[in-house]
Amino acid sequence: MSQLEVKGLNKHWGDARAVNDVSFTIEPGEFVALLGPSGCGKSTTLKMIAGLEEPTSGSIHLNGRDLTHLPPGKRGLAMVFQSYALFPHLSVAENIVFGLRARRVAIEEQNRRLRQVTELVDLGAQLHKKPGQLSGGQCQRVALARAVVAEAPLCLMDEPLSNLDAKLRNEMRAELRSLQQRLGMTVLYVTHDQVEAMSMADRILLLNEGKVVQNGTPETLYGAPESTFVARFIGNPPMNLMQKDAQHLGVRPEHVRVDPKGVPAHVMHCDYHGADTIIDAVLPHLNQQTIKLRLPGHQQLPQGRELGLSWDRHHEHHFCLQSGQRLNPVFASPTLTPDETETHHVA
Amino acid sequence: MNRLSWLHAWLMLLPALAMLLAFTHIPTLTTVWHSLFFPERGGAPAEFAGLDNYRMMLDDTVFWQALSNNLWYALGTVPTSIALALAMALWVNSKISGRTALRLAYFTPTMLPMIAVANIWLFFYSPEIGLFNKVLALFGHPGINWLGDSDWALPSLMLMTVWKEAGFFMIFYLAALQSLSRDLYDAAALEGAGRWHTFRRLTWPLLMPTTLFVLVNAILNAFKLVDHLFILTKGGPNNASNLLLYYIYENAFSFFDSNYAATLTVVMLALLILLALLQFGVLERRIHYR
Repeated sequence: MSQLEVKGLNKHWGDARAVNDVSFTIEPGEFVALLGPSGCGKSTTLKMIAGLEEPTSGSIHLNGRDLTHLPPGKRGLAMVFQSYALFPHLSVAENIVFGLRARRVAIEEQNRRLRQVTELVDLGAQLHKKPGQLSGGQCQRVALARAVVAEAPLCLMDEPLSNLDAKLRNEMRAELRSLQQRLGMTVLYVTHDQVEAMSMADRILLLNEGKVVQNGTPETLYGAPESTFVARFIGNPPMNLMQKDAQHLGVRPEHVRVDPKGVPAHVMHCDYHGADTIIDAVLPHLNQQTIKLRLPGHQQLPQGRELGLSWDRHHEHHFCLQSGQRLNPVFASPTLTPDETETHHVA
Repeated sequence: MNRLSWLHAWLMLLPALAMLLAFTHIPTLTTVWHSLFFPERGGAPAEFAGLDNYRMMLDDTVFWQALSNNLWYALGTVPTSIALALAMALWVNSKISGRTALRLAYFTPTMLPMIAVANIWLFFYSPEIGLFNKVLALFGHPGINWLGDSDWALPSLMLMTVWKEAGFFMIFYLAALQSLSRDLYDAAALEGAGRWHTFRRLTWPLLMPTTLFVLVNAILNAFKLVDHLFILTKGGPNNASNLLLYYIYENAFSFFDSNYAATLTVVMLALLILLALLQFGVLERRIHYR
């Protein structure tokens, strides 16, 4: 049986539809990322699952139990907040067992779980400090420990790493993922950072304007984006989308290579990133549209330098010009004729 | 630091320093000085009294009565108005309709001048035509002489003070409540903390700095409030509602014994400083400041 089941969830504020008919399920032990740009409704969705926001319509079931209208405390969920929401007047230990005390768990059990969890997140020396005396990364661990100690069937995380600096964020990402896998936690993780979603999640729910635009593994979202929105959102730099033959032709910068026999182009701008260089080039045969390509190492090409560019047919993505929907089936095969692709046109 | 920046520092401090010296420190010192003299009699220079004024004070039953009245007055008004203020703040901080009107209603007593307030309450307390006795009459009660009965005069003053002060303190609690992070409450709610648990473990400790501030102010007010006595009881009957500051006023301007008034003032000042030190000393250590 699926662990969490969200069906037809809606949240409207007046005419504004913050969340519009969102449905998905999460299996036990799965790490699902709710990804999207700011204002796409991902936090609102999370809050409705947590019970902090009342849905306009729709239902939320956890292990077959209807949670839709239960108060937050009765749902048995754990949550990590973006601000950590640590109680500033309580010590780290008191913060961690706050929920256990509120639920009147026996003292011995509280202490046993506290010991266990402090070992897991490596907080032993900090137990008697107040949150104000901790660094950002340590606060993050306390928030995580408070969520883990509840042993809840589902743990919600609302951009938990976004207040950390880049280096720490990378470390915590790996740590969080390994903790989740060791404990077999079921996690719904809200983020606007595609790198977090791609690197940690088993599955990504990409939201835009309150709707789920694609639900799939990171590889699927990267390899077969269902619309131009997904294509532009996933990948850095984003996929090149060029208008060609009444379609959008999409090619990822990393799939474009320099090939003297390929499409002629000339260099506009080079952006050196260390391990590789992103080159912006203009395609004179394609209405002067620009294309980005990724070349390894330091490639400082002069502006206007003539290049030939090519890519494999199976790296092409085709999208409808009007609706932006994907036209070719998953991983277009090079033998596909234009007539066949038209049958998938859903404009 | 060089000489010029020292000069700058003192120049910057000068305005505040001048005000404090002129209106606080110098008057305090002259009060202490005055309390060491007998009153001038018939143009003769004031005679040095040493601690005689203080000895006289210890034998003065009215002083002891005013002091004990004041302690009861503080004990009766401070906790009640703080509890009421907190309750009202929690209420008007919740999502209820018309809460702006409610906040304003609670704050109105604070906006009115004390003399006006006392006049309004005089009508409530009047023995024959007063509101309270009219209500009591509905239940067949003969009525109480609120301000004329020595058992009721002080409690009547206390009731009015609570009414006046609670709205004022509510504003501080309300401001503090609104600065508390929504996330903390969301987190507590998710952890399954009920309303009472949330209040006891979260709201109350986080409001402690405000409570200390309000407590200090409430106690100082309890010793400083004097305006309503002029309208309502004039300290009577038989000093039953006399408070320290009013007794000081009586000594200075009715009995024209400004030296004894200075003595009482010094004692009151010492009392207030002691109370403030005690509060900060005891509570400071148990308060979490963000």
